Amino acid sequence: MRRRGGPVPYLFLTPAVVLFTLFLALPIGYTAYLSLRGTKVTGLGLGKGARREVYVGFANLAAAIGDGELWAGWLRVLGYGAMVLVTMLGLALLFALLLDSAHVRLARFSRIAIFLPYAVPGVAATLLWGFLYLPSLSPAQGPLSALGGEVDLLGAGTVVFSMANVAVWGGVGFNMLVLYTTLRAVPRTYYEAARIDGASELAIALRVKIPILMPAIVLTTVFSLIATIQVFTEPTALRPLTNTISSTWSPLMKVYRDAFITGDLYSAAATSIVIAGIALVVSFGFLRVVRDRAFQER
Amino acid sequence: MRTRRLSAVATALITALLAAGCGGSGDPEAPAASGPASTAPAGPVTLTYWTWVPNMDKIAAVWNQANPGIKVTVSKQAGGDDASAKFLTAAKAGNPPDLVQAEYQHLPSFVAAGAVADIAAEAGPAKGEFSPGQWGLVTLGTEGAYAIPQDSGPMMLYYRKDLFEKYGIEVPKTWDEYAEAARTVRSKDREVYLGTFSSKDPGAFAGLAQQAGAQWWSISGEAWKVGIDDAATRKVADYWGGLVKEGVIDDMPYFTPEWNKALNDGTLLTWPSAVWGPGVLSANAPKGEGKWAVAPLPQWSAGENVSGFWGGSSTAVAEKSPNRAAAVKFATWLNTDPQALRLLIDEGSVYPASAEGQAAMTEPPAYFSGQPDFWQQVQAISATARGFTFGPNVNVTYNAFKDAFDKALRDRSPFADAVRVMQESTVADMRKSGFQLAP
Repeated sequence: MRRRGGPVPYLFLTPAVVLFTLFLALPIGYTAYLSLRGTKVTGLGLGKGARREVYVGFANLAAAIGDGELWAGWLRVLGYGAMVLVTMLGLALLFALLLDSAHVRLARFSRIAIFLPYAVPGVAATLLWGFLYLPSLSPAQGPLSALGGEVDLLGAGTVVFSMANVAVWGGVGFNMLVLYTTLRAVPRTYYEAARIDGASELAIALRVKIPILMPAIVLTTVFSLIATIQVFTEPTALRPLTNTISSTWSPLMKVYRDAFITGDLYSAAATSIVIAGIALVVSFGFLRVVRDRAFQER
Repeated sequence: MRTRRLSAVATALITALLAAGCGGSGDPEAPAASGPASTAPAGPVTLTYWTWVPNMDKIAAVWNQANPGIKVTVSKQAGGDDASAKFLTAAKAGNPPDLVQAEYQHLPSFVAAGAVADIAAEAGPAKGEFSPGQWGLVTLGTEGAYAIPQDSGPMMLYYRKDLFEKYGIEVPKTWDEYAEAARTVRSKDREVYLGTFSSKDPGAFAGLAQQAGAQWWSISGEAWKVGIDDAATRKVADYWGGLVKEGVIDDMPYFTPEWNKALNDGTLLTWPSAVWGPGVLSANAPKGEGKWAVAPLPQWSAGENVSGFWGGSSTAVAEKSPNRAAAVKFATWLNTDPQALRLLIDEGSVYPASAEGQAAMTEPPAYFSGQPDFWQQVQAISATARGFTFGPNVNVTYNAFKDAFDKALRDRSPFADAVRVMQESTVADMRKSGFQLAP
């Protein structure tokens, strides 16, 4: 019983289309346009009309793809992301399972306590952690040096762990809540059945709960993956405190540097397109790989 | 029917909201298209002014009281390289403020981007108030004038007088003596450093290079010559690199919580900085009040007497400003009128660029109560400061400084390599944009 025709469906669609055009299609189109442009200066470049915007074709895009510093940035993000994803999602899963188990006390309080860091804005959190990391201000320095000499938490080898710690601290609560909510929606009868069959709490968690959670785990992984590709806040806010983070530490930082520090919007646009492309490939690639496992019931 | 009407209303509402949101980004008080910029506007005009001078709103209020026809609205900015990037972005987006505080090293970028106006015609009378060197900073060696000088940043050596006595160090007259003093301090107290090398402050390094006689940019005919990797700059870089490697100079950056703490608790004894230093010290090292003093920068050879500049800024008018004449009038008043200069000194803690303004400074800053001849010292040092021409892409050079010196400190690699990276990045960027470069 399909009914066609009439302007009503289109009217309902209009707000979405308008919003999509204004805030998604137009900016993306403009970025693509900018990436094909560049500045051309004549002579000393001083005075009126000495600087023109010209069409440069794919030169910016080629330069972005050929930039070794950008790929070095991807490598750093890869290491950082591996740490963050595994630790953050692992902890989120663990906490969700613990909170959902029958015997836990203070569940409500723990839930809020774990979730609370998510409410702290990223910049504020990074600055707070930054002060804790600074050798002369850090309260951790005393115990740390008692244990095994000086540890510079912002040093070349350690800074990536310090950054990952900030992201994990802020992200566990949100992901835990997603997983926990999914668990609460599961009919209790499943567990009763498992218990009658003689399954221990651990067996229930591993054999019943985690398979049920699979779609939610995939979801949180994709979200976290995308957030990791876009890592910007932590390194940018920690950068003034240490000399171990360059202005192009992560790919997104390179975009920011090109656009707002060295004033080359065109290169920044080209690099953005490369980053968006990689983010798309990675997230869809991941979904493709896990689709069958996670959504087999559909 | 009912749903249809409802959705139509909703659509209309959303569209209206969106339209309002988009229209709101422009400045309603500045007419989008106006006639020639120099025509005198009829009726009162409103000027927006981006600056980071403290209490500038109070100074503007004095102007607004006396000039009902030209109302100046101050928008407080964070200073530094970010402020320049923000202005360039606003100019590119087509809605810059009418007036902007421009550090001398960023002015060429503003000019090259066509973001600030040539105000030589309107600002002619102001020229006589400044020394030729000071005025040269806003002409960039051309016939034009792109701003009115506001403050100047001659460099000198801030040091802890009481702790110098405690450790038995003389105020160093040469950089060799400074290095020797750094070793002495380290040998007497492992917690204390004489100074630190900051990889985050290219302006300070540029000032020290100026003192050594560097010329990072110059114009020969119709071409730029980039000389960042010159002998003078390498000498400065090697000197500090050697001291850091030896472990007698610290490598923490300026303006961090750690650095503040070190200044405050007496574990950092000197700071080669500019004349605006008292404001920073009083805000971040309150415990040191009355204990700090100033001396000329150490020299490269005994008997010499030169200094460099770190910072210093001017007031520029945006190319897009529809009220250029009014803006220049305010900028001239602000930086040359005796009453305005007094306000800049008292309220804004500015060391004015105008000769008359400098002569008006007699009382030492409260923080330097222990040094009654503070301003006499500063004036003597100021006369010995030499600068250099800044190029059209200082932001690229300065960013390269931060990355390359960060890396040099991290890897313990020679500072001269970092200087070479600065040179190469600067030249590559200029070549990419098509600037004419001298071989």
